[in-house]
Amino acid sequence: MKKFTEVLGKVAPMDRVNVDTDMIIPKQFLKSIKRSGFGPNLFDELRYLDMGEPDKDCSGRPLNEEFMLNKPRYQGSSILLAKQNFGCGSSREHAPWALEDYGFQVLLAPSFADIFFNNCFKNGILPIVLEENIIDELFAEVEAEEGYQLTVDLQNQEIRKPDGGVIPFDVDAFRKHCLLNGLDDIGLTLQEAETIKAFEAQWQQKSPWLFNTIQ
Amino acid sequence: MVMAGKTLYDKLWESHLVKERDDGTALIYIDRQLLHEVTSPQAFEGLRLTGRKPWRINANLATPDHNVPTTKKEREMGIEGIVDPVSKIQVVTLDENCKEFGLAEFAMGDQRQGVVHVVGPEQGATLPGMTVVCGDSHTSTHGALGALAHGIGTSEVEHVLVTQCLIQRKMKNMLIRVNGRLQKGVTAKDVVLAIIGRIGTAGGTGYAVEFGGQVIEEMSLEGRMTVCNMAIEAGARAGMVAVDQTTIDYVKGRAFAPSGDHWEKAVAVWQTLHSDDDAVFDKVIEFQGEEIQPQVSWGTSPEMVLAIDDCVPDPAKEVDATRRGSIERALEYMGLTAGQRIQDIQLDQVFIGSCTNGRIEDLRAAADVVKGRKVADTIKQAIVVPGSGLVKEQAEAEGLDKIFVEAGLQWREPGCSMCLAMNADKLGQGEHSASTSNRNFEGRQGFGGRTHLVSPVMAAAAAVSGRFVDVRELLA
Ligand code: SF4
Repeated sequence: MKKFTEVLGKVAPMDRVNVDTDMIIPKQFLKSIKRSGFGPNLFDELRYLDMGEPDKDCSGRPLNEEFMLNKPRYQGSSILLAKQNFGCGSSREHAPWALEDYGFQVLLAPSFADIFFNNCFKNGILPIVLEENIIDELFAEVEAEEGYQLTVDLQNQEIRKPDGGVIPFDVDAFRKHCLLNGLDDIGLTLQEAETIKAFEAQWQQKSPWLFNTIQ
Repeated sequence: MVMAGKTLYDKLWESHLVKERDDGTALIYIDRQLLHEVTSPQAFEGLRLTGRKPWRINANLATPDHNVPTTKKEREMGIEGIVDPVSKIQVVTLDENCKEFGLAEFAMGDQRQGVVHVVGPEQGATLPGMTVVCGDSHTSTHGALGALAHGIGTSEVEHVLVTQCLIQRKMKNMLIRVNGRLQKGVTAKDVVLAIIGRIGTAGGTGYAVEFGGQVIEEMSLEGRMTVCNMAIEAGARAGMVAVDQTTIDYVKGRAFAPSGDHWEKAVAVWQTLHSDDDAVFDKVIEFQGEEIQPQVSWGTSPEMVLAIDDCVPDPAKEVDATRRGSIERALEYMGLTAGQRIQDIQLDQVFIGSCTNGRIEDLRAAADVVKGRKVADTIKQAIVVPGSGLVKEQAEAEGLDKIFVEAGLQWREPGCSMCLAMNADKLGQGEHSASTSNRNFEGRQGFGGRTHLVSPVMAAAAAVSGRFVDVRELLA
């Protein structure tokens, strides 16, 4: 995983509550057996007027000009500003893969769905929960100023605004550590292999029926 | 000071706690991982890239479900029957990965294949007291057995394959108590839809939810699975129900359930799997069973749900601007007008199946309603998709397939089918469906498709009426 330190980027506003993972990446794209290449199909049904297919070239597809990602002012954004319960629904990791592939590195919202939130960190995306009034303020500022940018500083846990304002944020210490150092958590867990083995041995002793062979 | 008692979730968590770390995260041991073809290929690829091996091969069970065709002709052709080449690659990849790493798989053609969440409990591959994960959010289903079960992402699938553990932070405890009794014709599905309608799709975020109360206690295990299945639709990764005699009777004799000496020992342990009387929940929400009516979702989120005799909302009456906006958007997508009666919604398709309602009890209940009736002329297609090969076999032994076919419904082969339309079973643009599945998101059942979530008996009633009707009128 890439190291995540600081992001300075344009902000794109997704003004909708309960954005589900089917909306982030519709199911027909889940047929891929790869982790990459989902960016062109991010928000597919909102972004294009026709129906997307896995092998379809997106460059010539009719765009929904109303959708914010298609507006020239939000091109090249790396920070997504969102509303409540972003990422609800299915556990598909294709959702963060698509966001990441498109170029989003930071998500800001008043709340996220649990599984999605978790999946983001595994893919080098930093989801940040902010108070609803701060989010509303950011929506207003993004709307008011073309090219609005924010700096997201993970080390110091703060977001710096163009007007000099600073918004502090919380992040789980373990996840911060993994993001900052680009660590793979499987490797970290494997360092505890002896502890896991010991646990497993006593657990099997206690509940041998959980270790039945399935065939 | 007296220590407060423990919740079921606390007990399951503690028994699987491998290590608590200083930063508040914990390593939790996973007893069972279920896999399907959509969310596992990238995890196996990770194993190959890093040269890592599965920690405990035996802990895993795989079955293809999302992409499999459900028509007989195609199914008889096996893998070759999957027309879409991309879908085929995914199913073949699962077969190959299971072979390469030595994992058990109920492949296509195996009588035990089916929707992964129907297969696990049916086989006794998921048991009370287990931790169960799957790269699928509806893993919450297995909590009905008194297990700690939740969906994970693909990176976590890989993590569990390699370490048999998951890095977790303990969730908060919520109890949803459904008191009293249900009216006739009101089912587990209506209970859970009513719950989501009240608490919203984020109401359970951050919580492990235990369902209790007389309604749940008197509910069959299959009904409890329906309720736990949709816990995720209320934002809760894990839903669960305490173990009782119903649970123990359900598990007994299943293929991978304990037997002999182990059975007695296991039952003794399982009998402790309930929240203590003095357990403290962070949140308790109460419902009254008698007040729950048959439910129909009208919008594009499972919380947009109403009783059968209601009318769809009028955005003009909503003061909150965000809510007004989402109602407007949902009405537009669904092609409904403000204030329209639910009973006036005309339907094009009916889908009975999925991990929410694809078990034998669901099929029996639906067959009971359509028996001696005919699917309305205006319905273009009504399909019944059993949740697994064994459910199908049982239904056929009981003659349910004949009842459906005589009534004009199609009897299909097991799989996820039109629940998410990754195979050929889809809604056309603008078509409305009465569906027993769990998600009514935009495009979920096909591009531009309009899904209404209902119980199996309500779907059956809709099939013979061409529109939504109160199933209680047909049962009377
Ligand atoms: S039946 Fe539907 S919800 Fe259940 S596992 Fe299949 S696609 Fe997912």
